[in-house]
Amino acid sequence: MAEGLEEEVKTNPQGDVITATAPPPKLEEKKGAAAQRVVDPDYLLLHAPRKKTFITGSEAAKESIRRANVDIAISYPITPQSETMQQVGYLYAEGYLKDYYRGEEEYGVMSAIAGASRSGVRCLSATAGPGLMRGLEVISSWPGGRLPAVLLIMCRVINAPLAIQPDNVELSYMLSTGCILLHAENQQDFYDYPLVGFMVGEKPEVTLPVAVAVDGFFVTHARGWVRLPEADIKLPPRQCYHEAVPMMDNENPPIRISRDAPIQKSNFISYQMHASWQQEIWAAGERSRKWLNRWLGGLIEVVNPTAKTMIVASGAAVSQSREAVRQATEQGADVGLVKIKSIRPFPTEELIEALDHAERIIIPEFNYVGWLAREVRNVIPRTERVVPGGPRVFGGMSMPTELLLEYVLGTGSGRH
Amino acid sequence: MAGDKKTVKRYNVRMAGIGGQGVVTASHILSNGVIIGGGESTLVPFFGSEKRMAPVESYVRVAEDQIYEIGEIIYPNILMIFHPQVITHGKSYTMPFYWGLKKNGVVIINSEKPVPMIQDQMDELKSLGAKIYYIPATKLAIEVGGTDLATNMAMCGAISGVIGMPDLKSLEQSVRERFIGKGFVVSGGTASLDNVIEKKFAKKAELVAKNFAVVKAAHDFAIEHGWAETPVAAIPEMVAA
Repeated sequence: MAEGLEEEVKTNPQGDVITATAPPPKLEEKKGAAAQRVVDPDYLLLHAPRKKTFITGSEAAKESIRRANVDIAISYPITPQSETMQQVGYLYAEGYLKDYYRGEEEYGVMSAIAGASRSGVRCLSATAGPGLMRGLEVISSWPGGRLPAVLLIMCRVINAPLAIQPDNVELSYMLSTGCILLHAENQQDFYDYPLVGFMVGEKPEVTLPVAVAVDGFFVTHARGWVRLPEADIKLPPRQCYHEAVPMMDNENPPIRISRDAPIQKSNFISYQMHASWQQEIWAAGERSRKWLNRWLGGLIEVVNPTAKTMIVASGAAVSQSREAVRQATEQGADVGLVKIKSIRPFPTEELIEALDHAERIIIPEFNYVGWLAREVRNVIPRTERVVPGGPRVFGGMSMPTELLLEYVLGTGSGRH
Repeated sequence: MAGDKKTVKRYNVRMAGIGGQGVVTASHILSNGVIIGGGESTLVPFFGSEKRMAPVESYVRVAEDQIYEIGEIIYPNILMIFHPQVITHGKSYTMPFYWGLKKNGVVIINSEKPVPMIQDQMDELKSLGAKIYYIPATKLAIEVGGTDLATNMAMCGAISGVIGMPDLKSLEQSVRERFIGKGFVVSGGTASLDNVIEKKFAKKAELVAKNFAVVKAAHDFAIEHGWAETPVAAIPEMVAA
């Protein structure tokens, strides 16, 4: 009878009596994302006062993600991406991300990103070289799924013999996916571009994934000057109900982007459906231009715009070209440079205009196949102006300024 | 910056050593020291699997004006060889170890006595006008710092003596930041090695002092042997350090 009135004795699974009482909940100071305030993207990307810091590319990406109001990050380690995602792990521990985990491998990671993005949250992943190749099947399906997300690509050799250095041939595979593709030159870009990527990709008229590529090691593992705004501001959260395809929730069923039952009956109709869907993906990419122009200050940057010899480059090759321009100018040569910031959409009109006066066009690349030269030749008139052969380095080797100067000054192997 | 601005130009430094010697750490300390001193510097490490005795290279650019170039340095004007095996056992990503060295370049080798080289290599170095300096960096590290783990500190001191960048005061600050200030994690392997070093030295302050004593000993060694490329201004407060 009295038993029911006795105070319940709490024990742990081993039967030991628990005597300690739980401490009262502490009123903790706000930290992580909770301590940040949302600001207008224009303010964060363009106007917020910045301070110069000397940090690695991985740390620059960390500072970018810190201010990006990211909900979830999923990735699988691969050199040279791992250091960056390790930094993102610290952000998760500090309370800047709601969730963060390691997927089984890249195929699983990219599939999980698709699911997370479809649920309407802001998603981040990152990979490199062979990891990108493994994830590419799923990544190719993201744009058709109209799944905004940011994928960081730290370029690394993909072909045998194995190497972990930055050869960016993997980007040639990204050109045809429908993803927006930005190519960061240095640590500063690797801070700025992911933030721009989130904002552009989530615009209602765009609704596409954005890949931000950078040449691994030379940027990710090396320190450079990066101008950063204060850490107490962040981008507005993703507005998933405003996008081209609504998120999946209890009221919005998953969209069907397959040969659906009524359509399957006619291949002709299904082809039409696929064609119009593809056209819309690439049109959406085109519509990103106005936002890229606004936040990147244009799809290209031009140095010495009237020079007769123009170098056209993206990524790390831009840095080498800047030094080549500096040294060539010292020697009295007339050399300019076009930096391509966005590979998809490609700055077609911008290049035609910027190169109209050029007599020689030199396209240095960190890969064997010369995908950027191919892209440029596809859109400019009078392609005989493009000096054959690059210069190109591959297997992850850096491009010595000395080699670039041979092409610029028309000496040595670059005599054309 | 210490030294005459007009005579200090740009230096492209290639460091080669073997795993465990702190080559990458040395490049960070050198580079950060140059930044602290008001100059410009960037670096990139190059290594395969992180294990003791495996080849390691690290590349540091040092300049007084803006640096655009990135990536490994193919054509250095300064070479720092942290271990004789780089030369004698070919433990290097660059073969022979001086490949790409520019004319009238400098080679700083950690060895108490000249390292045997084949005649062709000696001839080639001679035709390049290479200045070869042997510094007993490991010996100095053991004698002054009490551990061969401070070999990289001696190498930092030596190059500071040769090129005058960074100045000793900035270099000391850089060493301090490495152990006490905002740390930078080079790799998991380096982090665990740090723990070993910290156990050896009970206090971090003592760690910094001993490391810097090694830096200064090697710096003085370079100056005493007349290796300075540019005049290095004497910094009075450093005499006491």
